[in-house]
Amino acid sequence: MEPINQLVTTAVPMPIEHIDTDQIIPARFLKAVTRDGFGQNLFRDWRYDKSDTPNPDFVLNNSIYSGQILVAGKNFGCGSSREHAAWALADYGFRIVISSFFADIFKGNALNNGIVPIVVDDATLNQIFEAIESDPNTTFELDLQGQTLKGGGLAINFDIDAYKKECLLNGQDDIDYLVSLKEEIKQFEERQTIY
Amino acid sequence: MSKTLFDKIWDSHVVKEVPGNRQVLYIDRHFIHEVTSPQAFAGIKQRGLELFRKEKIVATADHNIPTIDQHLPIKEELSRKQVDTLIENCEEFNIPLFGMGHEKQGIVHVIGPEQGITKPGMTIVCGDSHTSTHGAFGTIAFGIGTSQVEQVMASQCLILTRPKTMRITVDGKLGSGVSAKDIILYIISQLTTSGGTGYFVEYAGSAIKSLSMEARMTICNMSIEMGARGGMIAPDQTTFDYVQGREHAPTGDDWDAAVAYWSTLNTDDGAVFDMELKYSAEDITPMITYGTNPGMAIPVNEVVPEEVSEKALSYMGLNPGEILIGKDIQHVFIGSCTNSRIEDLREVADFVKGKHRCATTKVMVVPGSKAVEAQAIEEGLDVVFKSAGFELRSPGCSACLGMNEDKIPAGEYCVSTSNRNFEGRQGPGARTILASPLTAAAAAIYGKIVDVRQYIN
Ligand code: SF4
Repeated sequence: MEPINQLVTTAVPMPIEHIDTDQIIPARFLKAVTRDGFGQNLFRDWRYDKSDTPNPDFVLNNSIYSGQILVAGKNFGCGSSREHAAWALADYGFRIVISSFFADIFKGNALNNGIVPIVVDDATLNQIFEAIESDPNTTFELDLQGQTLKGGGLAINFDIDAYKKECLLNGQDDIDYLVSLKEEIKQFEERQTIY
Repeated sequence: MSKTLFDKIWDSHVVKEVPGNRQVLYIDRHFIHEVTSPQAFAGIKQRGLELFRKEKIVATADHNIPTIDQHLPIKEELSRKQVDTLIENCEEFNIPLFGMGHEKQGIVHVIGPEQGITKPGMTIVCGDSHTSTHGAFGTIAFGIGTSQVEQVMASQCLILTRPKTMRITVDGKLGSGVSAKDIILYIISQLTTSGGTGYFVEYAGSAIKSLSMEARMTICNMSIEMGARGGMIAPDQTTFDYVQGREHAPTGDDWDAAVAYWSTLNTDDGAVFDMELKYSAEDITPMITYGTNPGMAIPVNEVVPEEVSEKALSYMGLNPGEILIGKDIQHVFIGSCTNSRIEDLREVADFVKGKHRCATTKVMVVPGSKAVEAQAIEEGLDVVFKSAGFELRSPGCSACLGMNEDKIPAGEYCVSTSNRNFEGRQGPGARTILASPLTAAAAAIYGKIVDVRQYIN
């Protein structure tokens, strides 16, 4: 996992609520056995029409918007637990997703793949959409250590789980820690009765 | 101190506390399937790790497999490769695999309970959100991402924050023609798809207690559709009777000890939940969805609400204020981990016996497992389906998700007993209407949406 701390970038607005992981990456693109290349099918059915021609109305096909931040309507990432959704966003180049609400499993998957999910209130979310709309070149500045995001006239302090923040800053995942606990886990197993 | 059912199981599985309000939770059972495991196996190999407790892993192939001609190789190359990768990994790591053609093969959430692998008091995970199904047995069961699949493979544990708890009580008696699927669609329509986020739900109340294990699984299955991490129901005699005698169930003295322990797994009087909701079974009618998420559900005889997203309605080809009764239906799909168990198939067969499907409606019945399929044939349900013009196919996820050959064509309507009506879920452009097996069976016979209560005695 790539460590992340500071990032200055523009943002892509997607003011749609309840974007489910079937939209982020449709099931028929889940057949790979590696983690690579999912970005090309990110939002596939919104991004391309039936004949695989880019849909000009979809924001990812609109060249005035770019950057490593995706700003989405509330309840982003609901539905299927597929981590492929996080892989697709990361592979496409997103490092931050902003919404007023994230589905649980998606949020965990994002954090496990070096994507920072930032939760803001509904009013702030609207202000961010407005800022990008009035100037698509608006840049935002992430400071993960300080838990702030600045840009478009806004200065946002966001919450993030302390443990997960450390993981993101160091590019480290849970597995190293869990493997180091083997002896304790074995002792737990000895105490446990299961049927 | 009074504890909830959730607290009892969670607390007994905490290996240790981790700074930052996290806990290391021990996992008793790990189900895997072909879609969300390959990258986890690759990670284990890359890091040079071993599987910590391979005997706690059970594998099946379900999402990609065709539901006809299962004796032939999978035609689609990428699907075949994914299933082959699972076979190779299971061979390399010596994990039991119920692959295509195996007599125990089936949808991952159908085979666990049916073989007695799922038992009360356990913690169960799978790289699949509908792992919540297993909560029907009084387990903490939830879906995880592939990174976590790898973590469980490496350590049999996960680092988690404790979710909040919610109790949903449904008291009273269900009307005829109303089933577990209607209860859960009703609850989700009340809570929306995000109303349960952050919570682990316990379902309680006399209406829940009266349900069979199959029906309880239907309810717990869809917990994720309100955003909840999982759902659970306290084990009782219904649970014990279902588990007893199954292949992996304890026997003899172990059985008695198990039942004694399982009987303690209930919420103590006075235990406090972070949220409590109560519903009355009498208020619940047959439900259908009109939109593009499972929260967009209404009683079958009500109109599409006015205040809904235009995007969803235009995708569905519906208008605010429209009634769905009488709407022509081109496809009916009876299957998925929500409603593909023997009881679902019996209920459908019972309704369609002596009737024939509408000539313009295609009907697929896809059993959840080989065992369900065998049981259906033994009971002669295959004959009933055949004479009704229903196609009985081989087990798999099938048209629940557009990943295998079973897809619904763009723009056509499918009444489906599955759990998700997202855009494109059943294939690009497919229009999904979620409903109970009974409502789906009636749609098949009459070729349109009907209020099934008018057609039953
Ligand atoms: S039947 Fe559908 S919901 Fe269930 S595991 Fe298969 S794809 Fe997922």
